[in-house]
Formats: sequence, C-alpha cells, structure tokens
Amino acid sequence: MSLPSATRAPAATPGTPAAPTAAGARTARTRRRTLGLLALLVLVVAACAASIAVGTRPLGLGTVWDALTDRSLRTEEAVIVWDLRVPRTALGLLVGAALGVSGALMQGHTRNPLGDPGLLGVTAGASFAVVLAITLFGVGTPAGYVWFAFAGALAGTVAVFVLGSAGRGGATPVTLALAGSALTALLFALVRAMLVTDSDSLDAFRFWVVGALAGRGADVAWQVAPFIAAGLVLALLNAPALDLLGMGEDVARGLGQRVWLARVVGLAATTLLAGAATAACGPIAFVGLVVPHVVRAFTGPSHRWLVPCSGLLGAVLLLSADVLGRVVARPGELQVGIVLALVGSPFFVALVRRRRTTTL
Amino acid sequence: MTATVDTLRGTTPPEPGGRPAGRAVTVRVGRVSARFRWRSVVVPVVALVVVVLLAAVSLGRGDYPLGVADVLRTLAGAGEVSQRFVVLELRAPRTLVGVLVGLAFGLAGALFQTFARNPLASPDVLGITQGASVGAVAAIVLSGGSAGALLGGLGVPLAALLGALVAGALLFALAWRAGLDGFRLVLVGIALWTSGNALTDYLLTRAQIYDAAAAYVWITGSLNARTWDQAAQLGISLLVLVPLALAAGRVLGVLQFGDDTARGLGVRLASAQAAVVVVAVLLVAAAVAAAGPIAFVALIVPQIAVRLTGGWRPPLLASGLLGAALVTVADLLTRTVLPEALPVGILTAAIGAPYLLWLLVRGRRTTA
Repeated sequence: MSLPSATRAPAATPGTPAAPTAAGARTARTRRRTLGLLALLVLVVAACAASIAVGTRPLGLGTVWDALTDRSLRTEEAVIVWDLRVPRTALGLLVGAALGVSGALMQGHTRNPLGDPGLLGVTAGASFAVVLAITLFGVGTPAGYVWFAFAGALAGTVAVFVLGSAGRGGATPVTLALAGSALTALLFALVRAMLVTDSDSLDAFRFWVVGALAGRGADVAWQVAPFIAAGLVLALLNAPALDLLGMGEDVARGLGQRVWLARVVGLAATTLLAGAATAACGPIAFVGLVVPHVVRAFTGPSHRWLVPCSGLLGAVLLLSADVLGRVVARPGELQVGIVLALVGSPFFVALVRRRRTTTL
Repeated sequence: MTATVDTLRGTTPPEPGGRPAGRAVTVRVGRVSARFRWRSVVVPVVALVVVVLLAAVSLGRGDYPLGVADVLRTLAGAGEVSQRFVVLELRAPRTLVGVLVGLAFGLAGALFQTFARNPLASPDVLGITQGASVGAVAAIVLSGGSAGALLGGLGVPLAALLGALVAGALLFALAWRAGLDGFRLVLVGIALWTSGNALTDYLLTRAQIYDAAAAYVWITGSLNARTWDQAAQLGISLLVLVPLALAAGRVLGVLQFGDDTARGLGVRLASAQAAVVVVAVLLVAAAVAAAGPIAFVALIVPQIAVRLTGGWRPPLLASGLLGAALVTVADLLTRTVLPEALPVGILTAAIGAPYLLWLLVRGRRTTA
C-alpha cells in the first residue's frame, strides 16, 4: 500500500548519532521500556490509593487500608470506601485503560497523529444516541444512557468503516479518517438540530457531554466491564499484527499477516473499548489522543509495548484528573473531562515542544 | 498580442493509480505561458456562478417572498418601502455575510489542510473557532445577558474575535520553534481545541439554561439578524485577506515539496510559513466574529473541492467559492424549506457531510 503523503508524518531526519552497537542500543531500549512499565505500575497503585483516600471527606491511608482489608467493618469510613470510592476508582481504572488502549490502536491503524477514538464516529454516535434517549424516551440518568450510548458508538463506528471502505480503493487511513469526520459532522448537526429547539434536552445533555466519573456507581462499572475486558484482550492480540502493518500492508501480507483480519480485530477492539468508555462516562476527549504520544517517548513505536503501557498511563491520567477535580472545586467538584483537558493540554504542549515527537 | 491555447491530452503526470490527471491547457501570451487543468478552472467558475445565483434567489425568498422583478427593482432603488426594508435591510446583509463567511472558512480550511498536509487540520480542529466559542459563550453566560446580547451584535462578536485571535496567537506561539512544522502545529492545535472545548462545556454547565440555549445557537453558527455593519467589517477584512491568502497559496505549493526543497528553491522558510498561518488565522477570526463558527465548513469544503478539481491538494479559490456556495444554500434552506428557523451551521454540516461521504464512496483517489 502506498501511504498517501497526507497522513504520513514527517520522516525522522537521518543523522541522529548512531548508538555504538546495535546490541547495546537494544539493551538500552529494553531497560528504558522495562523501567517505564514498572514506573507506570507504581503510578497506577498510587493513583488508586489517592482516588480512594481523597474527596469531600478525606480519609487517611491507614483508615483506607483497614476498610479495604476488613470487610466486617461498618464504620462510616468503610461505607464511604466501599460504596462510593471503590466503585468510582474501579470505573476510572477501567475507562482510563480503555481510552488509552483504544487511542493507541486507533493511531496505529489510521497512522494519523490525530487518531482518536472520537475520529471513528464513536463520540458522535454515542452523543446522537444519548440525545435520542433524552428526547424520545425521557431517559435522564447516567445509568440509563449506558446502553443507548454503547449502541450508538457501535453503530457509528460500523457506519464509518462501511462508508470509508466503500470507495474503489477500499479502506485506507485517509478515507477512514474522512468518513469519520464527515459522519461526525452529520450526526452533530442532527444533535444540534434537536437541541437548539429543545432546551430541556439541552439541559440534560450538557451535563452528559462534559464527561464525568461522578454519580455512576458500581452498576455502571459492572455493565461496561465485560466489554472493556474483551476489548483489552483483543487489543493485546492485535498489537503484534499492528507492528507488521506499520511496514505497509504489502510487506505485512508478504510476511504472512492476514491484513483484513488484523484490521477487523483492531476495529472491534477500538469500538468495544471506546464505546464502553463513552457509554460509562460520556465523551472524554484527551486520554486516547495524548497518552500514546507520551508513551511512545519511552517505548518507541513497537505496539507490543505501546498498547499495554498506553492502557496503564490512561488509567493513571484519568484517576489523577478525577482526584484533582475533587480537590480544586471544593465543596463541589470539577468533572474529570474538564480537568483532563485543562491540565493535560499545557502538559501536552510542553511535551510536543520539548522533544521531537516520535512519529508514527 | 496573440494568445494561443494548446489542448493537450495525457501529458500531465499520471496520478497514483495510473489515471491521467485529466485534460490540461497551456495558455501562452507572448513569452509568458501557464498550464491549467480544465477542472481546476471550471470548478471555481461554476462555483462562482452558483454563488451569484443562490445569492440572488436568497434575496427574494423567505417569509415574505418576492419575485425576481421586484428584487431587481428594489436593488435599483425603486420598490415599496416594505420591500426595500426586507431586501436591503434584512436579506442583503445576511446574504452577504453568509457568502463572505463561507469564502473565508473555505479558504482558511484549504490553507491549514495544505500546510499541515493533513485533511483533518482545519480551524475547527486546531482550536481557533473553539477560542472564539469560549469568548462568545463567556460573554453570553457571564454577563447575564441572553438573546439580547446575542442579537445586539456588540459584546459577543468582539468577544468571539478576541477569543479567536488569542487562540490563533497561542497556536502560533506554541507551535513556533525556529519555524512551523505542520505536525507540531496539528498537535498543539489539538491541545488548544481540547482546552477550548472543555471551557465551553464547563461554561455551559454553569449557565442558566436560557443562556445556555442562546450560547448553543451561537456555537452552531447562525446568520440570523446580521447587519450592514457586520457585512461591511467582514467585507473590508476580506478585501485585504483574500489577496494575501491567494498569494500565500503560491508559496504553499512550494512548501509541499518539503522544507529542504523549498529552501533550495529560494523560499524564506520561516517567514513563508508564518505568513500562511497568520493569514489563515485572521480569515477565521474575521469570519467567526461575524457569524459564529459555522460548523464543519472549513473541514469539509476543501476536501470536496480537491475531489471535484482532481488536484493534489485543496485548491484555494475553489475551496473559498464552494464554501460560499455551501453557506448560502444552507441559509436559503433554513429560511424556506425547513419548518423552524434552524441555525445555518446545522444545515452546512447536514448538506456538506453527506456530499463528502458520497464523494468518498464513489471516489477513486485518496489524496488529501
């Protein structure tokens, strides 16, 4: 496949100093990746601890530990931990990992640095379905939106894939991206047409569209968990194939890769992950887009490392943003989607400026 | 002076996929010669004719329909007072703003997409219109004003202009590092978009629902109740900016070959890059202040234009004129066919997006 120049990131300029030996470079890279992975694991544990301890009613880590280890405790603290903080943390962990991994897959498959799950019609499909749920069926709670949003996300992605591959050249990164943005434009036009004439629906929709972990509870986490788990497994299986596809479809085919199978598995995983995450929390824009760019800085382009590390960093990012949102706006809280965007963007800009971003 | 026109078939370089790029014409005037492909000439001309016709129809249609003769008579200075009011004070400025805004968004989208070599790099995606939205929504929500502030046409447009300019300046400053790289521009733009979007959504959740509804209409992009003042301000801005954009387009063609080649061909790289981005940002800022971020025009139209002309990159003039046509036809439909007056931004997306999808499904080429 000749990749159109439009999506090809600028090639790395030759002339970067070569490592002394190839073997030495490989060990250095492996060490960097292993250290990065370990650091991410530590961060995940720390973020979970913070997410359980911090809130309107701050709890000491000792109290948290007691409540977690002794299920017979019925103190007020134990109730807060088990009924509020643990479900919320679990949901954040799931959704963050799902968004990070789906972003890594999406960028790999579309070879577009703007690759974001939202690109493939996930956000638009989910938003459209949620607005339908509000206007036609009078649904008004996050738990009530879940199945609508999930169905909308799935339908949106399938529609984008069908439209993007219907042209004579079949599905290419550019046609997929364009089909995604065109369908997004169309669906958001319909969303807006419904909302500008109906301020009651806008009133419900505006709180869904910011993206939040608050008020979801354990039932929402249980609803989406099987889909996210399935998506994560598919994504890990898809990663080696993605490395082959990165060399071009013809090369991948020559090396024995069934290209269409890899694409379908990748699409299924992305859809499950991003769809379930959006269904649970509303659209959360930043994680899927940024996390792979950050992770690539220490893993390099290999998807075997990139995919799992993106999942871990996604979880860390989402949980820390949620914790921050509980602290900055006391006694209320700031929705996690907003915190992520406002804190994450300057960080991302600094990253983009500091180093030459590893290209796709 | 004699001009000769050679029509050559199949001499243009074949496009990927081995298809000839279509018929080309060489025009020679004395010692000067230039080559055009037919479609890159025909498409803008047709688009211009369509814009003029649509604008003419637009002046006559609406809640108070007028015949062509009445419209012409009114434009010539005759006609009844009521007709003069409807045509000259209500419809003419609105139509003109629509045409100019479409032109500006189409041009700006083509400039950005070509510069970044990414079909998704439009002012909508790079955060410039988001900046304008933050400014406008803040003006609507925080001042406690509502539809009154929106229609009064004072506070909100200025706030939007300011927001777009701040976003554009941030985009420029943060992406600049001894020159502008398309890839870095896009990544910084995405960060700006994300923050802008979050701020807008946050302001909407904090607002009274009445203000939120007014702000939502603004975000979608509306041509309701535009005045001659707005048309004049936008028109004067575009008189300066459109020639600059077309001039920048020539440099843009050279930049496509890559930084080293462009430098080798004698382009002052940093200043050329700066010129392209600054002009594009100013175009967006002027347009968004006049009509709000009419959704997806800048994203979709250049991609439609590149498919119609069959070139390598979004053509500037054709993108601008097709943008004008899209906004005008969308505005016409909102005022005639549709039962309720929807903001024009809904229609531009609802017309442009299926058309782009149809071109994709039917299409042979995948060049952006």
